[in-house]
Amino acid sequence: MTVELPLSPEDVNEISTILDGSSYDRLDIRTSRFRLRVERSGEGWSQEWSLDEGAEVAVAAAVSVTVAAVIPDGLVGVAAPLPGTFYHAPQPGAPPFVSVGDVVGPDSVIGIIETMKLMNPVHAGCSGRVVDVCVDNATMVDGGAILMHIQPA
Amino acid sequence: MIRRLFIANRGEIAFRVIRTARRLGMTSILGASQADLSSWPARDADEVVCVGPSPSPQSYLSVDAVIAAAKAARADAIHPGYGFLSENAAFARAAAAAGIIFVGPEISSLEAMGDKLMARKVGIEAGLPVVPGGEAVDKAQALARATATGFPVLLKAVSGGGGKGMKRVDRVEDLEASIDMAMAEAQASFGDPRIYVERFISSGRHVEVQVLGDGETAIHLGTRDCSIQRRFQKLVEEAPAPSIPADKRAAIEAAAVNLARHLNYRGAGTVEFLVDAETFDFYFLEMNARIQVEHPVTEEITGVDLVEQQLLIAGGSRLTLTQDMVQPDGHAIEVRINAESWADDFRPSPGTAIRAAWPVGPGVRVDTHMPRGGVVPPFYDSLVGKLIVRGATRAEAVERLTAALDMLSIEGISTTADLHRAILRDPRFQAGGVDTRFFEGLSHG
Repeated sequence: MTVELPLSPEDVNEISTILDGSSYDRLDIRTSRFRLRVERSGEGWSQEWSLDEGAEVAVAAAVSVTVAAVIPDGLVGVAAPLPGTFYHAPQPGAPPFVSVGDVVGPDSVIGIIETMKLMNPVHAGCSGRVVDVCVDNATMVDGGAILMHIQPA
Repeated sequence: MIRRLFIANRGEIAFRVIRTARRLGMTSILGASQADLSSWPARDADEVVCVGPSPSPQSYLSVDAVIAAAKAARADAIHPGYGFLSENAAFARAAAAAGIIFVGPEISSLEAMGDKLMARKVGIEAGLPVVPGGEAVDKAQALARATATGFPVLLKAVSGGGGKGMKRVDRVEDLEASIDMAMAEAQASFGDPRIYVERFISSGRHVEVQVLGDGETAIHLGTRDCSIQRRFQKLVEEAPAPSIPADKRAAIEAAAVNLARHLNYRGAGTVEFLVDAETFDFYFLEMNARIQVEHPVTEEITGVDLVEQQLLIAGGSRLTLTQDMVQPDGHAIEVRINAESWADDFRPSPGTAIRAAWPVGPGVRVDTHMPRGGVVPPFYDSLVGKLIVRGATRAEAVERLTAALDMLSIEGISTTADLHRAILRDPRFQAGGVDTRFFEGLSHG
């Protein structure tokens, strides 16, 4: 962790200026700790840093795992439009937007997902009756996770 | 003299502070949440301490957790960055109680400016003009306030900043629903649901003045224009604020210095004004008692490292800059590259950047913590980097920014880069001096 990146932003700027006066289109620097690629890009130059190629692969693999949701026959699942924390109610202590047995329309708000400090309303997306609320209040969910089951009208 | 600096923040600003600390010979200690332990700033800092689990209430927003981590790391100062605990008086007090220097203003200044209502009162005392409005603790009171000032109104979080919890309401029938959302966002972002109702000025520009003070004297480092905003989140910032008559600009700068002197302000701060786009009459909005996201545009035209100034003043030095020494030169523009999808109504886009090529070259500065393979966690705000350009003139800066944006390539997450390309093509932006309605009139084409 006490790795000092040996190149400052000013150094990289200078490298691009030197390259600009040359016939080279790309410079790759690879050390045990990082890789820097300075590359001709249209009229100018771009820089791309990469710190740990191994970790990158692992993360990419984790992201590609799909969530297999089981939705009972005849019901429709309301999926989380994005990852975040799912809330049943507009604020702590307030009654939930919907409960089991409630009738909803496509534009009915059934909950909120807080992602990156923003409150994103979740809409039912169809008309029908709420059969099951699958996720507890204030639970972190992945994008696409099934939040509720609805019996379509 | 600060030797061991604890950075109580994350992302690009943590990286930014580490760089200046290193240049000044300080040991940088980053307090990172679990989600950020392998972030670029965590790898770059001299030392890293975990301040808690990923959700910010248990880490970056926890006064106890951060102070305990700083004490354990034997830090002699804490730089709070922006957001999180940066303007939290209880945090500054806890740092002082632990014998650690808080890199920021006196607690009295934080208290005077941390709350929009108090800021307004102090602004009036310092002789600054303000916009009509007031606090509302519940819906009935908000309705009464709105009726008194007239629609449209603005709802703001009393403890807020950065546009969180801020909503414009045009019609009385929309007020109730907007208040719910504003209070929920205010609670989530600042732990305080109180809101504030203010008259909305239709053609206004957001102009702010960077100030520096040492408790006895204060100077300004010129204006910044942050009128290009969406839902009160700044998207583009430039310095100096374009197309303002010289006498009006001088009056705005003088008002900012008056406020800083009135507060015996110590450190870096920003005094925000709403400027009428036609008459250039100005109203004091609030003072941000911290480093701002958009501080680099001021640095680029003044040559002053604002984080260095913060650290020197916090370490007990007097201000060595005088007003005459600050001679802004050229024009700088910053665009915020956020992990949000413009095409999809700015939906946040957490994930992994499988490509992160940033522009590099003369007049181009990039403040980012996002390498190839870097992760945008779903827990924090969406800023992945800032692209800043400087030109001898505004026209040259615009040209440089257009070229730099063409070289930017981030894949794996959606970003606002396309939005900025569209802004740059807009003739209103090219002309300069737009008001805060700019974004509504922006074409997707």
